Amino acid sequence: MTTTSHYFARLLKYFILIVLALFFLMPIYVILVTSLKPLDEISLSQMWALPTSIDFSSYVRAFEELGPNFLNSFYLAIPATLLSALLGAMNGYVLSKWKFKGSETLFTFILFGMFIPYQSILIPLIQFLDTIGLYNSIWGLIFVHVIYGLPITTLMFRNFYANIPDEMLESARIDGAGFLGIFRHIILPLSITGFVVVAIWQFTNIWNEFLFAVTITQSDQQPVMVALQNLSGSQIVQWNVQMAGAFIAALPTLLVYMILGKYFVRGLLAGSVKG
Amino acid sequence: MGTKQKKRKKFSKDQWLAIGFLTPSIVLIIIFVYGFISWTGYVSLSNWNTIVPDFSFAGLKNYLFLFSDFRFQSDLRNMLFFTILFIGAVILLGLCLAILLDKKIKGESFFRNIFLFPMALSFVVTGVVWQWLLNPSTGVNNFLKTFGIEPLWYTDTNILAGFQWGQIEFGVPVAIISIVIASAWQMTGFALAMYLAGLRGIPEELREAARMDGASELQIYRKIILPQLRPITASVVIMMAHISLKIFDLIYAMTGPGANFVTDVPGLYMFETTFRGNYYAHGAAIAIVMLLAVAIFIVPYLWNNRRADS
Repeated sequence: MTTTSHYFARLLKYFILIVLALFFLMPIYVILVTSLKPLDEISLSQMWALPTSIDFSSYVRAFEELGPNFLNSFYLAIPATLLSALLGAMNGYVLSKWKFKGSETLFTFILFGMFIPYQSILIPLIQFLDTIGLYNSIWGLIFVHVIYGLPITTLMFRNFYANIPDEMLESARIDGAGFLGIFRHIILPLSITGFVVVAIWQFTNIWNEFLFAVTITQSDQQPVMVALQNLSGSQIVQWNVQMAGAFIAALPTLLVYMILGKYFVRGLLAGSVKG
Repeated sequence: MGTKQKKRKKFSKDQWLAIGFLTPSIVLIIIFVYGFISWTGYVSLSNWNTIVPDFSFAGLKNYLFLFSDFRFQSDLRNMLFFTILFIGAVILLGLCLAILLDKKIKGESFFRNIFLFPMALSFVVTGVVWQWLLNPSTGVNNFLKTFGIEPLWYTDTNILAGFQWGQIEFGVPVAIISIVIASAWQMTGFALAMYLAGLRGIPEELREAARMDGASELQIYRKIILPQLRPITASVVIMMAHISLKIFDLIYAMTGPGANFVTDVPGLYMFETTFRGNYYAHGAAIAIVMLLAVAIFIVPYLWNNRRADS
C-alpha cells in the first residue's frame, strides 16, 4: 500500500465520520437555534438561520407549560429507579450466587417480561390500578415501573454479580457468614458500580417512557413526556416553544448521559441479553 | 429459629432466605406479566366493545374483524416494512461506524459520544423534532430544494412496488422511510456500542496472523471479523425487533396514523381504539397479535440463550 492511497483512505474516513456527525447533530442544531430566537424571527422559511440575538422567552414560556410535569417526572423516576434497582439486586444475587435446580428457567421466565409489548397487559393493568385506587396517580406509575422494570434490573445485576468470583463467597461462608451476611458485607459493597449502571439505565427509561404515562395519568399528574406531546399537538403553541419544551424535557437524561456516559454504555451492553 | 428443624428440612435456612428474596418478584411477574396477558387474551375473545365491560364470549370475532380491516391490514404491512428497514439501517450504519471508529481514529470518543447521545433521548422528543425536520414545506427540504429534490417525506401516500392484497395495497409505504430515518437516528448508537465492544474483543493476534498470511484488510473483515460478530448481530436484531414491532410513542409524536394509514402501526391502533374509542376487545386482540409477533423472535432466542440448568 502506498502512502498516498493510505493518506486518502484516512481522509475519506474522516470525511464520512464528519458528515455523519453533522447528520446526528442536525436535530440539536435546529432545537437550539429555534428555541433561542426572538419571536419576530420565527418563520418556517428561516428555520435553519442563526438567531440575530439570543432570546430566552420561549424557554420561559415552555417552562410555564411543562414545569409541574417536569417535577412529576422526578417524583416518578427517582423512587421507581431506586426500588426497582433494589429488587433487581436481590433477584440478581440469588440467580447468580444461589442457583438451584430450575433457576435458569425461572430467570428466562422473568426475562420474557422485558420484551412483551406493554399493550398486552395494559387493559387489565388499568382495571387493576382503578380498583386499588392508584389510577391517575404518580404512585400508580411508580408501582408499574417497579414491576415492569424487574426483568431488566434482574438481568443487569445477575450479569454483574456473575463477575464476582465465587471464591470470595466461599471464604466468607467458611468464616461463618450466611445468605444475608454475604449479601450485606460482600455483595452490596461491591455493587456500587452495578447500582450506578442500573440506576442510570432505569432513570433514563422511566423518564423517557410514554405509553404507561399517557394511559395511566391525566392532566396534573402527567409526567413531562406526555405534557411535551400535548404541547406539540396543540395548534396554538408556537414551534419555538415546542423546541424549547423538547430541550427542557430531554435535558435531565442528556445531562446524565454527558456526565456518566461510560456507565450508560455499560448498562446498554449489560442489558442486551447474552447467555 | 428452628435449630431442631434443620436436620429434617430439605432446604437450609439460607436457601429459605434465597427463596424469600425471589418470591415477591416472582409473584409480581406471574400476576402482572403472565396473568395480565391471559386476561388480555380473555378480553380479546369477548364482546367488550363499549365503555361498559361485557365479558360474554365472542369467539374469534374480534380477530376476524381485524384481519379484514383496512386499517389493521395497513398496520401489519407497515410494521413489517418498518421492522425490516429499521433493523437494516441500524445494523448497517452501526457496523460501518464501529469499523471506522475502531481504527485508532483521532477524536474517537468525541465521535462516539455524538453517535450515542440520541439513545439518551425519549422517542417523544425524537418525534417532536423530526416532525419539523422532515416537514415537507420546511425542514431539510430547505436544503434539498436547491438540488431540485423535494420529497414529501411522511406525507407521501405512495406505496412502492405495490399490488392489491386484501383491502390494501401491499408494498413499501414511502412515508415509513421518514419514520425509519428518525428511529435509526435514535437507535444506531445501540448497534455501534455493541459492535465496538465486539470488535475490541477480537484479539489483535488474529488479524496479525491473517495479515502475515497476506490477507488484505477487506478479506480480514470478510473472513475473520464479520463471522466473529455474528452473535452480536443476533443480539442487535433481537433488541431492535422488539422495539420496532411494538413502536408507538415515536409515531404518535411524529406523524400519527397518517393519510390512508401510511404511517399507522398496531401499537397506535391499539391505543386509539381502546382508550379513545372504547373498543376494548378490539384493542386486546391487537395487543395479542403484537405479543405473538414479538414472541416469534424472542422465545427461541431466550430459550437458546438459557444456560444449561444445573
